[in-house]
Formats: sequence, C-alpha cells, structure tokens
Amino acid sequence: MPLLTIKDLRKSFTAPDGGRVELLRVNAFALDAGAQCALRGESGSGKTTFLHLIAGILQADSGSIQLGGTELTGLSEARRDRLRAESIGYIFQSFNLLQGFTCLENVLLGMSFGPGTDRAAARTLLERVGLGHRLDYYPRQLSIGQQQRVAVARALASRPRLVLADEPTGNLDARHADEALALIRAACQEAGAALLLVSHDARTLAAFEDVRDFAALNHPADPEVRV
Amino acid sequence: MTWPLLVRKSLRQHALSTAVTAASIALASGLWLAVWVLQEQSQRAFTSVDSGFDAVLGARGSKLQLVLNAVFHLEASPGNVAWADYLEIKTNPAVALAVPLAVGDNYRGHRIVGTVPEMFTGVELSPGRKFEIEPDGRCFESGFREALVGSFVARQLNLKPGDQFRPQHGLEAGDQHEHEETYVVTGVLKPSNTPADRVIWIPLEGLQNMAGHDPDAATDVSAVLVALRSPTAGFALDRHYNKDGARLTFAWPVGKTVAQLFDKVGWFAQVLRLTAALVALVALAAVLASIYNSMHARRRDIAILRALGARRATVFGAVVAEAGVITALGVVAGLAVYAIIISVAAAMIRERTGVVLEPFAFSAVFLWAPPLMIFFGALAGLAPAFKAYRTDVAANLAPES
Repeated sequence: MPLLTIKDLRKSFTAPDGGRVELLRVNAFALDAGAQCALRGESGSGKTTFLHLIAGILQADSGSIQLGGTELTGLSEARRDRLRAESIGYIFQSFNLLQGFTCLENVLLGMSFGPGTDRAAARTLLERVGLGHRLDYYPRQLSIGQQQRVAVARALASRPRLVLADEPTGNLDARHADEALALIRAACQEAGAALLLVSHDARTLAAFEDVRDFAALNHPADPEVRV
Repeated sequence: MTWPLLVRKSLRQHALSTAVTAASIALASGLWLAVWVLQEQSQRAFTSVDSGFDAVLGARGSKLQLVLNAVFHLEASPGNVAWADYLEIKTNPAVALAVPLAVGDNYRGHRIVGTVPEMFTGVELSPGRKFEIEPDGRCFESGFREALVGSFVARQLNLKPGDQFRPQHGLEAGDQHEHEETYVVTGVLKPSNTPADRVIWIPLEGLQNMAGHDPDAATDVSAVLVALRSPTAGFALDRHYNKDGARLTFAWPVGKTVAQLFDKVGWFAQVLRLTAALVALVALAAVLASIYNSMHARRRDIAILRALGARRATVFGAVVAEAGVITALGVVAGLAVYAIIISVAAAMIRERTGVVLEPFAFSAVFLWAPPLMIFFGALAGLAPAFKAYRTDVAANLAPES
C-alpha cells in the first residue's frame, strides 16, 4: 500500500516576461510506507519544487498528491501546514537550522507545530544522532557535520511518516556525507518513516537500492510553449 | 510554548534594536504618565490645599490673585483692606475666625508675612490638624520683633531660634532697601505641607510699622483669611461684598477660586498632553520601523518555521506579540522614567509653591494608559507581521536543486 501516490501533477511559474512556464509535470509516482527511494536529477531540474509540492509548501496547478490517503491538493494552506507539521520531516541541503536557537530548541521547534513539544523525546533524538552533549549549543558552535545531524533529529522530531531530504549531503565532504547519509537512512528506518531523497551525487545515490531518474519522471511542456 | 520561545529568541537576537526601541517607549510612556498625573495631582493639590480657611477678603480685584497672594504666597497683593473692614468681618456672626495678613517684605527672597498669633493657635488646617512648632521654639509675640519661620525657609536659610535677620523691602530678593529693624527667630514651624512652610511669619504690626512703609497705611492689612462657621454662610458674605459692595472682594470658596487658574491654563495642559501623545506616537512608530526593517533579514527564519509546519497565522501572531512585548518592556521601564520626572516636578512645585503633591499616589491613568500603550504597540506590529505573513516560503528556502 503506497504511502505517497502522485498522479498528473502540474506546476508552472510566472516567467520574467509575464508568461507562464511549466516546470513540473509528473504523471505518476508512488512510494511505499517505510520505503527509501532516491531521485537522481541535475541541479535546476525541478527536484526541490517536486519536494515542495509533496510537502504542501507549494500548491500544485493540477493533479493529485495523496499522502496516507489524504489528498493534499484539495486542502487549504492551513490544513497543508498542519499535515506537514504532523506527517512530514524535511532535511535541507543547507540544513536550515535556526541560528538563534540551541540544538535542543531547534528539535523542539520540529515538534511544536505538530504533535507538541516533548523535551525528553527531543533529548533522546539528539542523543541518537550523537549530540547528547551539545544540547545547549547554537548551530554556529557546531561543525558542519554536527549541524546536519541536528537537522536530521529535527526532521524526525514530529515522528513523521515521510522524510523529504533535499541534497542532504550537498554541503558535506565525502566522509561526513557518508556518515550523514547512513544516519538519515538508519534513523528513518528506526522511526518507520519513508525516505524520499533527491540528489545529483553519484556516491549518495549509490547507497540506495531504489534510485529513480527524475528526468524520466518529469516531462514539463516545452519551455517555448507557454501554458 | 512556540510563541513565547519565538518572541524571546527574536528579542535576544535583536537585543540592541529591542533595547533602543523599548527605551523610546519608556521615555514616551514615562512622559505621558507624568504629564497626566502632574496635571491631575497639581489641580487636586491646589484646589484642596489645607489652608484652614474658607475664604479671603481683599481689595477689589481678581479673586484668583487674592487667593494666590494670601493663601499660596504667590503674586502681588491686589491692594489693601482698611482695619475697619477687618474688624467688621471679624465680628460678623457667620465668621468663626478672621486672620489679617500684611505683606511687602522679604528676607533673602523668602516672603515675610505679618499676622496674629491666632494664625498658629486657632486654625485647623484639616480636622484635628493644627500648625505645630518645633520643640525648642515658640510663636512670636505681638508687639515684639520676633519671627516664626516656616520649615522650608528654615531649612533653606538654616535659621533656628535665636538667629537674627533684617527684612528687605519688596516681595522678591534683589537690591532692595534693607530695613533697620532686626528680628529674632523664636521658633520654626514643623512641616505642614502647606504654603505656610515657605514664609517667615512676624507680628502684623511689625510689618505695618516697618521703617520706610507708608505711615498712612499703617493700620491697613493686605488681606483677611476667613474661616466660616458653616459652609452656607459664604453665600451671604459673597452677596454682601461682591454684589452689594464695590470696595472689596470676597474670594469664596478658596478651592473653586483656584480652580479658575486651571481653567485658564487648561489649554496648556492640553498642549502638554498632546505633546506627550505625539512622543508616544513617534515611539510606537519606532517599534514598527525597527521590526519592519528586520523582517528582510528574518525571511529565511520565517521560511524555515513555515517549512516545519508553522501556519501563516503563527508567524503573524509571533511578530505582533513581539511588538507588544517590546512595548510592554518599555512601559515597565517607563514607570522608572515616570518616577524620576514626577519626583523632580513635585520637588520643584513644593519649593516654589509649598504645595505638596503625592507623586506615587494611585491614579486611574495607571490602569488604562499602560494597557493602551501595549495595545497600540501590538498594533504597530501589524505591518511587519503582515510582511511575515506574506513571506514566500519556497523562495526563501534556497538553494534549490
């Protein structure tokens, strides 16, 4: 039973000249609950837009996104926010930690809009990613690798059913990238969350059994053809 | 916990602008409260001063000038009252006590007022409260060159029983002629918190007969302070002196007469309040500007919060709450600013008029002004909050792949 089912998804943007340009057209995509899948794609190919649509950050022009039986495209923005807070964890390439908040507070924020804050659970998560001794540190006081581990803990803080990872190793060197990737995969597996990771890095993609080519999924209209 | 955490963190991250903005709110709210309370307190204090008298009889002229001169020892006397007029009102059955005053001299800028010892023995400033003299002194005796010194003057000039001084002609300090007569201080009044504290009191005839004064006016007095047997007695005397007569003025009741002063300067109080309100407006604009200007730098943080599931309403509310909290911090600090302004102003008013304000007495303005400021502060947060509300999440989560 797929956790995520996408059909005939369309997204276009307003071009500088005022016309509409289609960036995304995905006819079908599915991801099972607890599965781990990597999407291969070049920079600028629309992978981030795809993840933003799944997360409900962007609203699709048309099509269907079903997450655990809930149709996202028909939801109001507030309902999409709530669904994201409760069911989706997001890991960014640039970590996107809030610099004014400690590690613990960043993880607590990951919970606060969804299931509600649980300091003990937040501590446990940070201990799980090896940062139990850095709870009160600010992101600037951590190494790059440690910051990504905080981001992983935050993404799992709301006990999501789906974790979206957007080039999560893009800012890391090879050693830290391997460690971060292993951590993300293991943590998602332990939490029972499905993982959808997008990357253009062959080393990262090689770690996955299920790797799909985003270019094969996405067939936007010819840029010359205005929609 | 989200809103308090977001607000606390934001205030900390923008500590300098928070402090500067809160300081401007503190100045504005302190000024506003001070202007309001000063106006309220001074009006109440002046109109209900415990002089112990209900009315003042004086030369034909302004009632206000008469009261300011005889009760508050301000302004010049509008003229003289003949001794016969003093005797007439003194023996009026409706009058409980009539105390004559004579003015015209000073000592180092402090007024010398001639009167009778009954001023300090027969007058009840308020029920059960009379003038008291410090233990080592006594009141002057009529016919002697003796002086009873008000507490404020004694403190200012360091006068004590046994000290001597020579009065100077005129109401104000200056190069005026110094009289030949030498007076001995016989006592110092305990602080009465009335204008009497600012006066040097001597026997009436001492001032009337001071060398250099007009011998033809030697029996005249400057004014007569009048205590009535019943409040309604004032109506008959008012008609007798003010409507039927044309030589004298009967200023009654004292409080109502002083209230005229505040009616006359009411426009000034309005200007002060308007100024305070404008300062508050500028401070609130500072709240708006400081948060609004920081929104550009906060776009990424807002986008991250939204990506974590925060609703537009949540970030909107957090910004409004932040503006309210900054204003609240300023209002709390404003109480200290208020305390400083009101203390200095109260001390100045006491020094110049003898009227004592109660700067820390309760006023209704403390109930409505701080919440109103905080409300408007939060309102000033609406514009930046709307900017936060409209933040484009996807665009501010860059880089894209």
